[in-house]
Amino acid sequence: MSHADLRPSAASAALNPSRAFPIVAAFLFGVVIIGGVGFTQMAVAHNAAHDHRHSIGFPCH
Amino acid sequence: MNLFRTIVLVAALVGLGSGLVLTIVQHFSVQPLIVQAEVFESQRTEAEAPKPHDHEAAGEHDHLAAAKADLAAQEAHEAAHAHDADAWEPADGVERFGWTVVANVLSAVGFALLLVSASELKGGLTSWREGLLWGLAGFAAFTLAPSVGLPPEAPGVTGAALEARQIWWIGTVAATALGLALIAFGRSPVLAILAVALIAAPHVIGAPHAAEAPAIPRKLEHDFVVAVIVTGFVFWAALGALAGALRPRFGGA
Repeated sequence: MSHADLRPSAASAALNPSRAFPIVAAFLFGVVIIGGVGFTQMAVAHNAAHDHRHSIGFPCH
Repeated sequence: MNLFRTIVLVAALVGLGSGLVLTIVQHFSVQPLIVQAEVFESQRTEAEAPKPHDHEAAGEHDHLAAAKADLAAQEAHEAAHAHDADAWEPADGVERFGWTVVANVLSAVGFALLLVSASELKGGLTSWREGLLWGLAGFAAFTLAPSVGLPPEAPGVTGAALEARQIWWIGTVAATALGLALIAFGRSPVLAILAVALIAAPHVIGAPHAAEAPAIPRKLEHDFVVAVIVTGFVFWAALGALAGALRPRFGGA
């Protein structure tokens, strides 16, 4: 069985509200993680993630 | 398995893998430049730091006023740089490297959550090649676009106010991602024109710029920008391809 069979119509499946909620929830989860690691101005968070922030190109100092 | 768990599980695996790729590439590309730049950064910090007041010049009679002036200068200096000298920071070596790995992997999980959930709106990734294309879009939105107005800053390169730069950065990423989605999935030429305008808009508005000259040599500043952008390219390519390769293994959800 190919996986394509499970999604006969990707576009219509995407618009289904029962899919929309988990997708939006997972997206917001990602936003929170990136905000915490890359944008928190707390000194401890800044110092721990310092090299990472510079390497990703986040505004750092 | 429900869709939320599928996305989170795929993103966790993708984030772990691509975060480690990022760590390896960064360790040999960006990290040596950070260390070099920090030498210049700390030299400037020392040069700007308030000197203990001069007894000869001030005269011995006005100690209290001189001490107050020292304190005020010290506070102004700290406020200007937003660095809390007393705050914990990892010791150089294994500890510093360890925290960088943690931050790399966490951030990669965050980026993977965005990429995988966004691609679910189109029914989910079906192959590594499709994932790679999504990864390239991620590179364009998260690395290239903000770097046009705000080139990645090495330590010692002082930017404009941090909040202003963060807001511009986030706005540029959002506008570019939305614009690319409209170009890829929009059905009409009007949407494509709108998309191009959306991607150009942050650069027309312009990024906040610093008045202060960088403390590091021009070549180092340049090499750092190149290293960050190329590292970002490899990272996003790995993230996207890995997401595309793993997602089909978790069924249609």
